[in-house]
Amino acid sequence: MISLSAHGLRSSSDPSRRSFLITMLGGALMLGYARSGLAALPGVSAGELFEPTIWYGIDRSGTVTINVIRAEMGQHVGTALARIVADELEADWHSVRIVTVDSNPKWGLMVTGGSWSVWQSFPVLSRAGAAGRIALIEEGAKLLGVPVRTCTARDGAVHAGGRSIRYGDIVARGDLRRRFTSEELDRISIKAPGKRRLIGRDTLALDVPSKVDGKGRYGLDAAFDGMVYARPKVPPTRYDSQVVSIDDSAAKRLPGYLKSLALEDPSGTVPGWVVVFADSFIAANRAADLVRVTWHSGKAATVSERDIQNRAAQLIADANGGSLVVDDPGVDAILASAKQKIERTYTTGTVMHVALEPVNALAFEKDGVFEIHTGNQWQTLILPVLAKALGRSQDTIVLRSYLLGGGFGRRLDGDYTVPAALAAKAIGKPVKMVCTRADDMRFDCPRSPSTQVLRMSWGDGGRVTAMDHHAAAGWPTGVMAPFFMPAGVNRVPYDPFSISGADHWYTVGAQRVRALRNDVAERTFRPGWLRSVGAGWTNWAVESFMDEAAHAAGVDPVEFRLRMLDGAGRNGGSAPSAVGGAHRQAAVLARLAQKVGWHQPTPRDVGIGIATTFGQERAMPTWVACAARVHVDRTRGHVTVEQLTLVIDAGTIIHPNSAEAQAEGAALWGMSMALYEGSEFVNGQPRDTNLDTYRLLRMGNVPEVEVEFLPSTEAPVGLGEPATTAVAPAIGNAIFAATGARVRHLPIRPEAVLQALAYRA
Amino acid sequence: MTWREHRRNTIVTTFNLNGRAVSVHSPGDAPLLWVIRDELGLTGTKFGCGIGFCGACTVHVDGRATRSCITSVAAVAGTAVTTIEGLDDEGKHPLQTAWLELQVPQCGYCQPGQIMQAATLLKDYPNPTDRDINAVMAGNVCRCMTYIRIRKAIKLAAARMREGVSND
Repeated sequence: MISLSAHGLRSSSDPSRRSFLITMLGGALMLGYARSGLAALPGVSAGELFEPTIWYGIDRSGTVTINVIRAEMGQHVGTALARIVADELEADWHSVRIVTVDSNPKWGLMVTGGSWSVWQSFPVLSRAGAAGRIALIEEGAKLLGVPVRTCTARDGAVHAGGRSIRYGDIVARGDLRRRFTSEELDRISIKAPGKRRLIGRDTLALDVPSKVDGKGRYGLDAAFDGMVYARPKVPPTRYDSQVVSIDDSAAKRLPGYLKSLALEDPSGTVPGWVVVFADSFIAANRAADLVRVTWHSGKAATVSERDIQNRAAQLIADANGGSLVVDDPGVDAILASAKQKIERTYTTGTVMHVALEPVNALAFEKDGVFEIHTGNQWQTLILPVLAKALGRSQDTIVLRSYLLGGGFGRRLDGDYTVPAALAAKAIGKPVKMVCTRADDMRFDCPRSPSTQVLRMSWGDGGRVTAMDHHAAAGWPTGVMAPFFMPAGVNRVPYDPFSISGADHWYTVGAQRVRALRNDVAERTFRPGWLRSVGAGWTNWAVESFMDEAAHAAGVDPVEFRLRMLDGAGRNGGSAPSAVGGAHRQAAVLARLAQKVGWHQPTPRDVGIGIATTFGQERAMPTWVACAARVHVDRTRGHVTVEQLTLVIDAGTIIHPNSAEAQAEGAALWGMSMALYEGSEFVNGQPRDTNLDTYRLLRMGNVPEVEVEFLPSTEAPVGLGEPATTAVAPAIGNAIFAATGARVRHLPIRPEAVLQALAYRA
Repeated sequence: MTWREHRRNTIVTTFNLNGRAVSVHSPGDAPLLWVIRDELGLTGTKFGCGIGFCGACTVHVDGRATRSCITSVAAVAGTAVTTIEGLDDEGKHPLQTAWLELQVPQCGYCQPGQIMQAATLLKDYPNPTDRDINAVMAGNVCRCMTYIRIRKAIKLAAARMREGVSND
């Protein structure tokens, strides 16, 4: 079964992954184990700053400063993390501020992705807050001259019998040197949910004000004295392109143009790149258009989308390759002998990130340290790459944090920092490298095209007896973070992000899930983690297929699913994050069916489709059910989504307002990818390189959206991505409900709807 | 010749930016966006697509929403240009307060452009219908897909502005 969390990786026997695990846990458990408890920081004299853990400090004014290692990219993550600390600390929320920190080994793993931030941080930060509260109460009691048991902490002060002392005063006057052993920290119990004062309540997210007045600082806004600007010339293929010649004679007549250089990149991140330097971006941009580079193209220069998908089909047709993620005995025999069965193929096309801030970075060396100023989601992944590229040790490189003008997984891949750093090293000056939109899209790490084949058999009464799922795609984790790949049942490593979703919580009898790595895709482009990654295509297949199977078996699609969400065996769930298992998925689905009036008739050409998923990974399920109500124009094939309704169980909700915003945004992302987005590779390049041809959902396309969170006090899980995963299949199923036409490819284009209608007729 | 030397030799373009006169040395065909960001140092106006298809670079030229990435600086000579920084002296334009109250922004990168576009919308349609909003905001992409809250905030600001006018 898939588990790519710290919990899952713990069972690894692969030494390279074990060392990664240690790093990762080093980060996650820094509070309890890396430092010796509640010691004052070295260099800070007692009474200056109370810094019980690396995660926050309290100064003599009582200001609580919380160190946020997660990138702020729209999820208001700093606010959520600060609320977790402050609630247990009994801090006065008005005295809390957040600092998004720069890269530093002391933070351990720095990554903002997988919808993990709150889920990973909650156990650590809640105990960090509680430890601080305990120490402050003990010292406050001494200063008040009362027994500890008579004291309570509330609103940034310790209170006892009508008297109180502020936290800042305790920091100034007290002796906060109590040490907690790691075992003590581990044993600290956090508040009962009913006693929480901040968690679960709304507040104005701390990053919002700077986002309405133009003051927020994004990577693009970073500047440094003496910097020059650079724009790249992106080669014709991602790999293997070689610069033959550079002709900058036309650029030389342009005022401000400095020079053009082919980058030498020992890390192999940007082979064949040429960087054009000028003393303004205006000049660099124009000069880059004038510079003529001749390349010897890489081998992928003739590869197109069809070649990638043909390779996927070929891989699936060969029963021998790939990694078996689930491999129950008897699947083939049951399928072979079954009287009632179906097999279907589903495909998805290339999807681009199009974060609105094109990738960029400012790089320079100062006082022996190489500084990279940019927005980034996975600092610890790119630092070793930068070290290799620059030929210097990681401890002399720092990534300075900025707001991200969109992440969506694009900035998990920090590849864009490498050309900026190499350019700065080559020219010996601070360099601000800015990609234009076209540069950004040609350099994107898109969501890989995918092909999937699913089979299912059932017996009398529609009881499912076997299910078989084969999925082929380019694997981002295989390319960029192979140490993160667990081994399948057959000991072949797989990219969990590219198959998660296929290992669903339905009880289907004998089950097989096979993940296949599309080598043609990976030779052509760098596959990326794009909002929910593989769960965006696996659930398209699983949930479209469930609908098709239900109809084939003559069972209502909601009823069909509910019967299989019985929580039997491995689908029963487990602590800490999947308590309740499939029963919770059944609950969101049942609530959704009730909410949308599932059995109510709809007008002609209007249909309601439903889909349900567990978000991304079994170790951290976010239970999602989505209904789409669509109208289909039978003449033109146009699909209009009238309404999206989502019911979500994400465990404890830290900040409801942000949770709703994430769910709304993710749902509309799902819809945008289902109907509007999508590109394709043509001769080694994405066909679309700007918003004139790459379509995104815009204001007029927005349907009514309603999101309901089921109340829960279970562990908080992810919210940034899960809602994306259920929308496309809900739309596909709604098209079927409206017209009887079945679409099996994403994005759903009007031509495909017309074809499906014609096929049905 | 360096860019800066060139600028000294270039005809100066003068216009009004957020209420004060400015003279810039970038060539006349330079995009207003980069002149505002790099020569004048106001970075609230953002670069998204460079071809006028996303709206992140929206500013006002004589009160009209304009895509600064495809507007030359020469074209704004003698005009009044307003950026997000100058929409309201204290950053409390009714749209900005509505945006705060409803917590519209996610990543926030497109929001200055959204707000500047919405300000023009409300001048033309003080009581905008959904259809008006769809039409006027169609050119502003929000990649985080905050459209639902953008619509709500426009309506909230519109209601308050109408109230304010009727109370005068």
